[in-house]
Amino acid sequence: MSTVTHAPAVPRSNALKRFFTAREIPVAGALIALILVTYIINPRFLSPQSTKDLMLNATIMVILAVAQALVIITRNVDLSVGAILGLVAFGTGTVFDMFPTIPLVLVFVIGMIFGGLLGSINGMLVTSAKVPALVITLGTLYIFRGVLSSWAGSKQFFSGDNPKAFGNLSVDTLIGIPIITIIAVVITVAVAMFMSSVRSGRDLYAIGSEPDAARLFGIPVGGRVLSAFIACGALTGLAGVLYASRYNSVGALTGSGIELDVVAAVVVGGVAIFGGSGTVAGAAIGAVLLSTITGALTATRVDKFWQQAIVGVLILAAIIIDRVVSLRRARKLRVNEAKDV
Amino acid sequence: MKLFSTSSRGGRIGSIAAIATVVALAATGCAATNGGDSGDGGGDSAGTIAFLPKQLNNPYTDVVLGGGEEGAAAIGYDSEVLGPLEASASAQIPFIEQATQQGTKVIVIAANDPDAVGPALQTAREAGAKIVAFDSDTNPDYRDIFISQVVAKDVALIQLEIISEQIGGSGEIAILSATATATNQNEWIKFMEEELESNPDYADIKLVAKVYGDDDADKSFQETQGLLSSYPDLAGIISPTTVGIAAAAKYLSTSDYKGKVALTGLGLPNEMREFVKDGTVQEFALWDPAQLGYVAAFAGKALVDGTITGAEGDTFDAGDMGEITVGANGVAIVGPPTRFNADNIDEYDF
Amino acid sequence: MSKTMTTTSRGQLSRRLIGHDAVIFYILITVVIISMITVNYFASTLTVGFLLIQVLPILLIAMPMALVIVSGEIDLSVASTAGLTSATMGVLWRDSGLDIGTVMALSLLVGVLCGAFNGFLITTLGLPSLAVTIGTLALYRGLALVVIGDQKVASFPKELNAFVLSKIGNTGIPVMMIFALIVIAFFAVLLHFTPFGRGLYALGYSPQAATFVGVRVGHAKFWMFVATGVVSSMVGVFLTLRLASAGPDNGTGLELSVIAAVLLGGVSIFGGKGNIPGVVGGVLLIGTLTYALRLAKVPETALIIVTGGLLVLSVVAPSVIAWGKERIRLNRVHREVQGQNAPGITRA
Repeated sequence: MSTVTHAPAVPRSNALKRFFTAREIPVAGALIALILVTYIINPRFLSPQSTKDLMLNATIMVILAVAQALVIITRNVDLSVGAILGLVAFGTGTVFDMFPTIPLVLVFVIGMIFGGLLGSINGMLVTSAKVPALVITLGTLYIFRGVLSSWAGSKQFFSGDNPKAFGNLSVDTLIGIPIITIIAVVITVAVAMFMSSVRSGRDLYAIGSEPDAARLFGIPVGGRVLSAFIACGALTGLAGVLYASRYNSVGALTGSGIELDVVAAVVVGGVAIFGGSGTVAGAAIGAVLLSTITGALTATRVDKFWQQAIVGVLILAAIIIDRVVSLRRARKLRVNEAKDV
Repeated sequence: MKLFSTSSRGGRIGSIAAIATVVALAATGCAATNGGDSGDGGGDSAGTIAFLPKQLNNPYTDVVLGGGEEGAAAIGYDSEVLGPLEASASAQIPFIEQATQQGTKVIVIAANDPDAVGPALQTAREAGAKIVAFDSDTNPDYRDIFISQVVAKDVALIQLEIISEQIGGSGEIAILSATATATNQNEWIKFMEEELESNPDYADIKLVAKVYGDDDADKSFQETQGLLSSYPDLAGIISPTTVGIAAAAKYLSTSDYKGKVALTGLGLPNEMREFVKDGTVQEFALWDPAQLGYVAAFAGKALVDGTITGAEGDTFDAGDMGEITVGANGVAIVGPPTRFNADNIDEYDF
Repeated sequence: MSKTMTTTSRGQLSRRLIGHDAVIFYILITVVIISMITVNYFASTLTVGFLLIQVLPILLIAMPMALVIVSGEIDLSVASTAGLTSATMGVLWRDSGLDIGTVMALSLLVGVLCGAFNGFLITTLGLPSLAVTIGTLALYRGLALVVIGDQKVASFPKELNAFVLSKIGNTGIPVMMIFALIVIAFFAVLLHFTPFGRGLYALGYSPQAATFVGVRVGHAKFWMFVATGVVSSMVGVFLTLRLASAGPDNGTGLELSVIAAVLLGGVSIFGGKGNIPGVVGGVLLIGTLTYALRLAKVPETALIIVTGGLLVLSVVAPSVIAWGKERIRLNRVHREVQGQNAPGITRA
């Protein structure tokens, strides 16, 4: 497990060097290569409609990956995100059913609060019971899904049930980019800035690297982890609202099984599974990469059965790269120390 | 070292408890015979029909089951709905076993996989249950009768007819199916392929791809996108599954392809109404799903009463649906498919 | 990861150990008795047969999984290994013309390879098992799809399908349980009565310490993942025969059920703690409860909530109890210290 703390506050002279050694570069490179190769084989892959579809497909995954990265960086994990997404998406349908004229902004606020509440249940269980998040959120994954199933039953909300303006969020574009994709990008940038330049954001890395040391250092570990879970829940809630806008129907099964895809995207994006290193930007690129593969395979008419195997190989490649990078960094640190002496 | 010695002591206590449990389970077995019988004389009902749909919480399934419950009530049976939350073959098995254990007289099942449910159904039969397959058939060895919505070939042909009308008799088409193993889907697709090859009217229509959305809204949605981006000349899509056609319609209605690429298949009027009205879909087909459940209940009663055995030529009374005759391979057909379009869609509510 | 655990709870470990798996069995017995009295049809030989066959896949994989988790690792790829085995078995049987015994043996080889690949990545390259097995979860399931595509193979010998479901005499106990008992016994002996097993506990506590006391860390871990792969493969073969159908999706989602049962059975996710009888109890408890509630016509949705609730409760309860005990102890120490006015004693 890589415990090397990602150091956000490097002197400016190193900025360029840091850019080229950043963990996001190989992932972004892979993404660009994938898009180029696919484009050469099938130029229609980048037709306006396909490009728009690629962005729309990635949008929800990007938000989920950014949310999950916050939690994973603190050496936790939230497996219940699929169920949270489903609950909020179905809740969104219910809200529109009850108040058809509700302002859209309010729907987003309600969705995020709802998601945040669910996230806080995870957070409180993890921090107060001091039990690993993997187990707790595996449990709440079942519980939330069960609650959703009994709440939704066979009721489904269709796109026709929602106001047109809401559905249009995932159709309308601004300079060629769908509105919900812009929302996702804004969120990624905001969270990335928070993580790199705000004290409490940097605390999350410290907690993930060495929880005991962080505690000794005076960081309120419990509070920070709880906030990470709440933020993860709230962002997942946002993804749930967007999901309801994007897809035709939301019901009891919405979002099931998505949790492993999200964790996979985060890992591919260079966030260490045991916390302490990686960036939300990397996680977002990882999400784009994974969702683009699906489109690229169909566009190049590669047998779709290969898709999942390729995702598996990518995940393994990502963690092997991480391992190599951290080994090299550790060796460099040792060499530097030796020089200083 | 102390640690390990205590842990093996823990093990010993555990093993004593384990033995106790096995004893308790064995005792359960000993109490068997009387326990098993006591539940059988359940009140004034003629028996129970257990309905096992592919999955619960599916709008199409609800309509089918509604008809089933109505049919069961008409013949004086209790009805019970059992089933998994997700459509998978192995998930149906515990419910077949549960129905067996409860001494259910008739099990009405829509199989997620024709073979995987076989051994469990065999056990149920040995325990005295009659097996009626409906909607999606099991391997014929494992059931007494299959209630088919419509003649499989008719369903396949009507969809080809609609798509051919809409694309003007020539062009590339694709099929968006449910799971790759679904019996009914594969049968229809096979008929479509055969017809495309043999019927000169369709000589200019080319089937270029078959994709599977697994009856999952997101997946069907993305498969539709994939089809359109990899087959630029695609003129039409057939989706013989209610989930698939709704997802495909949603995608088309929000994309540049709306009105340019034809879409038809089997859909529920309530789910498709929006898309028929906004012009994404001109016409699609389906049967009345409620009739399927209704007839299945009557078939179950006829099997229990011994009126029929599921052999070819047997006839049974199906209440409001009149007399129904069992065809070859123990398949009974309910009725012809209906076409839905802007003119008639508001007359239906399911 | 293991470090936090050792510092907080080593003192109460032995007591909790005895406590947890015993309690699981008390609850299990209570559930069985209450179900026999209150749930129609539960008291029947059919129950024994259906229930045991239903839990068998989880029970089998839970054995090596318990060892993996005790040693502080995890394997999420088990269900995919089972799926890949099933796919391979189907294709071999359909295309190779070999007899079924050879086909089954070759299929088990899939498990050896899958496990060895996991083991290689984790021990030789030193990668975290959680991340590796999320990767191989996708990879092996993907390979299953590549191997068999969207086909199903269902032409297995009928006698073999029947054998897998056959019962011992009229006891209702499936013949396959004999096989399961052998597997359980094997892993119980391995974990509790061999140096290898003790090494796994040591590994779970602290890999560094384990290396110092002479456990060949990489070696032990590698073989554990191979064992997990083999047992997962056995389950793949079993599922194929029980379903009379080989397909790429056999066993999907099994990994979470297995891990839930293992943790409920008292194995600590941090490693170093847990035992086989407890795990058997955990598997049987979830299985029996689900079975009884289904028979009692409790809606399926409530069942998921019960499973999740049990899991959360089983990990939170010991923490809460430990926390309570710790508070009482601290208060007592505090009082004693104040009484004697001698600060040095706090360390006792």
